[in-house]
Amino acid sequence: MIVATNLALLAFLVITACAIARMRNLFVVTMLSGIYSLLSATVFVLLDAVDVAFTEAAVGAGITTVLLLGALLLSNSEARPRKHRFAHYGPLLLVILMGSALIYATLDPRMPKFGGAQAPAHTRVAPEYLRDTVRQVGRSKPTPVHIPNVVTTTLASYRGFDTLGEVVVIFTAGVAVMILLGGGTYRQRRRRGKASEAGKADG
Amino acid sequence: MIQHVVLRIIAKLLAPFILLFAFYVQFHGDFGPGGGFQAGVIFATAFILYALIYGLENAREAAPPVAAQIGVALGVLIYAGTGVVTMLLGGTFLDYSVLSANAGDGQHYGILIVEFGVGVTVSAVMITVFFAFAGRRGVLEEREDVVPTEEKMDG
Repeated sequence: MIVATNLALLAFLVITACAIARMRNLFVVTMLSGIYSLLSATVFVLLDAVDVAFTEAAVGAGITTVLLLGALLLSNSEARPRKHRFAHYGPLLLVILMGSALIYATLDPRMPKFGGAQAPAHTRVAPEYLRDTVRQVGRSKPTPVHIPNVVTTTLASYRGFDTLGEVVVIFTAGVAVMILLGGGTYRQRRRRGKASEAGKADG
Repeated sequence: MIQHVVLRIIAKLLAPFILLFAFYVQFHGDFGPGGGFQAGVIFATAFILYALIYGLENAREAAPPVAAQIGVALGVLIYAGTGVVTMLLGGTFLDYSVLSANAGDGQHYGILIVEFGVGVTVSAVMITVFFAFAGRRGVLEEREDVVPTEEKMDG
């Protein structure tokens, strides 16, 4: 049953991706990319990665769609038609080659089974994290504190430096947008200036 | 401002619940799915919904861009500041165990504070980026030196 659901979702993902690649109307493309994010979020739920699914649904399907729509208002809603009819066959060939190589690599018998307990991801630090999160975190002294969500402890405590880096990345993105687009205060200033001149600016 | 009555009423009804859900996701991240990143985005979504229905100027009154810009830096400051505090208390950078006499409690406090910092920065950045994109057209229209081309105006 779960295999059938996975296959159906992956098929939908492929169909959506093909539709995005073929569409020229950027409004439709934006909506389809939102649908793509929602489908990926569903796949993450099936893979038991609810935290990732949550983020994908909120950021990918929610905020990104709104921001892309905002960007569409500033540009054309229609992509330019291709100049050369066969220009996209090169990249297509490259993608097919790359995909075939990856699929071929999974056929290697030495590869760990999908979700298998002996996979390297489950044999190094993960068991230690799982054990210590329930019992204690960091220190050797046993503690009664119980933090049930292992993802949160891994994200904020074991991988605290990484998360600090992620926050700084988001901070940098915000600052870059402010530098490029003006931070949204320019218009307000102008409006206030006009309002004091003319008595009223807008309703 | 959009005149659709249903949209306006529903948006007004939904906004407080979205904010409350954001706080739930933020502070319940230790026990269930969620955390600062998701909570920050959901928190920003409430303001973006408000801006979409009631217009950018009203949203700017509700969430002043200057406050959002302060939030962008404040969240990172809270996160990195926690690391500095743990160093001052004798631990290593971002070792939360020293925040309380009980190492486990210290970890719990540290995770909560750090996640709060993440939430502040993420929501502030999302609001700022949305304001910047949504207000850009107004900037282009008001600036005399940049004349939008006819092709761009059709978009």
